[in-house]
Amino acid sequence: MGWFFIRLWALLVYLFMFLPVAVVVLLSFNASQFDSFPMTGLSFRWFVELWQNDAILRAFQTSMILGGLTALISTTLGVLASLALVRYRVPGANLISTMLIAPILVPEVVLAVALLLFLNFLSINKSFALLLFGHVIFTLPFVVLVVQARLVSIRRDIEEAAMSLGASPVQTFFEVTLPLMLPAVLAGGLFAFTISFDDITGTLFWKPGGVETVPTQIFAMLRNSISPEINALGTVMIVLTVGLPLLGAAIARQLARKSGG
Amino acid sequence: MVENVRARPEGLLTPETRFPAAVAAGKSSSPETGIVSSVTLSDIVKRFEAFTAVHKTSLEIPEGNFVTLLGPSGCGKTTTLRMVAGLLDPTEGEILIKGRKVNDVPIHKRNLGLVFQNYALFPHKTIAENVAFGLKYRGVSKQDARKRVQGALELVQLPGVGDRYPKQLSGGQQQRIALARAIVIEPDVLLLDEPLSALDANLREDMRVELKRIQERIGVTTIFVTHDQSEALAMSDQIVVMSAGRVEQVGAPEDVYNTPASEFVANFLGASNILPARCVGRDGDAAVLETETFGRVPVPAAKAPNVSGEGPAKLVVRAEKLQLSPREAPADGVVAVDATVEAVDYQGQAVRYFVRAGDRHLQAINMIDERPFAEGAPVSLRLRPRDCAALPVS
Ligand SMILES: Nc1ncnc2c1ncn2[C@@H]1O[C@H](COP(=O)(O)OP(=O)(O)OP(=O)(O)O)[C@@H](O)[C@H]1O
Ligand SMILES: [Mg+2]
Repeated sequence: MGWFFIRLWALLVYLFMFLPVAVVVLLSFNASQFDSFPMTGLSFRWFVELWQNDAILRAFQTSMILGGLTALISTTLGVLASLALVRYRVPGANLISTMLIAPILVPEVVLAVALLLFLNFLSINKSFALLLFGHVIFTLPFVVLVVQARLVSIRRDIEEAAMSLGASPVQTFFEVTLPLMLPAVLAGGLFAFTISFDDITGTLFWKPGGVETVPTQIFAMLRNSISPEINALGTVMIVLTVGLPLLGAAIARQLARKSGG
Repeated sequence: MVENVRARPEGLLTPETRFPAAVAAGKSSSPETGIVSSVTLSDIVKRFEAFTAVHKTSLEIPEGNFVTLLGPSGCGKTTTLRMVAGLLDPTEGEILIKGRKVNDVPIHKRNLGLVFQNYALFPHKTIAENVAFGLKYRGVSKQDARKRVQGALELVQLPGVGDRYPKQLSGGQQQRIALARAIVIEPDVLLLDEPLSALDANLREDMRVELKRIQERIGVTTIFVTHDQSEALAMSDQIVVMSAGRVEQVGAPEDVYNTPASEFVANFLGASNILPARCVGRDGDAAVLETETFGRVPVPAAKAPNVSGEGPAKLVVRAEKLQLSPREAPADGVVAVDATVEAVDYQGQAVRYFVRAGDRHLQAINMIDERPFAEGAPVSLRLRPRDCAALPVS
């Protein structure tokens, strides 16, 4: 009897969480231009309009480039930082580690304002590079956490074996260490990409005038009117941010199976 | 190369093609004569901050020898091995491999074979790729590499597993592959850090015979680390007994076993009874030790190398050399004392007795002839003076 209520409660919680998302996805296929049920028919009309909306396309492009670069830079820095922290035991490793993770703990608004004030102090103007810099700062902790966890589990003697066989430290990294931590590196990169792609708080503070990412574009459009195009854009965002990690997980599993599971 | 392979499968692992000089050196000194020293440690010290893991240690390892570093946990065996490998820098002293000082040579340029306790195979590479790994950095052609990998896999008796991944092999098989991977590059020195410890008991004994066979066949100078005395005794040309960062004794297995240089060595290699004694003079070629339990025992000079002159000393009697007999049995040419059996530890083909002679407790390990003596039985303890050894009081 008790279990029945717990199940019911769980169901209600899920409904509360996912119903709005489902509504957005459903309405994005609505033929009518009013956001209301009952739907008058199925159509891809709003996706087509989305495709023809220059502002949105531009925002989408910006987001992709920003996300891609953020992922690339964060992953590279994250891998290097993890190597330094785990393998080379640099002095002050604990402090550095804490500093790298700190951006997760600091509220995003605080981080955003702090970075702006800092730039003001240096009298540097807002730019795309700054936006990228900001995204790198707060995606880096995720990459470091994921990659570090993996690196700790790679036994040191495997690398030592490679070196004893004649591989230099750099060759050892590319032949042994990197392939073994590749799933974590990919996961970290995907994390960085989706976080960057999704982000609005920091982006609103840091973006130079005239540059919009998908979230800030939606935000701007919502201020004028609620257009069904936004539903379609929401659906695309959902597919991207849910689909990419799933794809990543599938690839990681494939890689793991290749090495004998 | 191909003819060579057909003539001798192990030809794959001889360095003819690449190192003519090395071959010449190798041929001029057979493993037995051991003129060429392959690895030399001179006055090596390793400190970790304030803690000294290895005290001033010098060691000469002749070409082709199988040398074991033996000692209890934490005595500095791994530390010593890692210094030879180039994974640790010695705090003081020099390391020479084939006459070349290697202190500043990084590990990947030392041409060593390294085998670890946990195999350390590359999990993302197939067995064949694992074994071929070192050949990539030695400019070996793909075709040659394939042959040498095949040769090495045959040598470790796993010819058919090249396409599998490490996880698809048992522990013992993985360790064979690790060995194949280390020897296929024809290393100057093979370094093994407790390679058998992760295997279960039966497999460990098979593998130790196997490992020794392979080492003899390719004649590579080998440094083997273990804390298992029976492994050390069974496999080594030379045993280096270590304790707390110091070398206690270096010698052939029989020497270390029969003539321990210290109380530590006597106890670490098998069970020994160590009795307080006094050297009361010499009798021809023997040092005469006076003990409370056994009276006067003339120990051959060869087994009392460090006992000179009169004064306090210690008498070492191995548990296997102390024989229990019925009291009425004749005792010619042996020392005999009456004793009582206190406890019996039956081990199948042998039995370990704990006996009391006077107020001294002793251990004896005897082969069982018919049936073991019972607890409380009155017996006669017999020992031959030439089976004893004498140590100075430190
Ligand atoms: N990196 C290090 N920092 C500080 N102390 C160390 C370090 N490596 C080893 N030691 C110490 O040096 C001593 C010797 O260690 P080593 O690993 O050589 O022992 P071992 O003889 O191989 O023992 P085992 O049989 O347990 O492997 C130990 O007391 C150990 O605590
Ligand atoms: Mg060790």
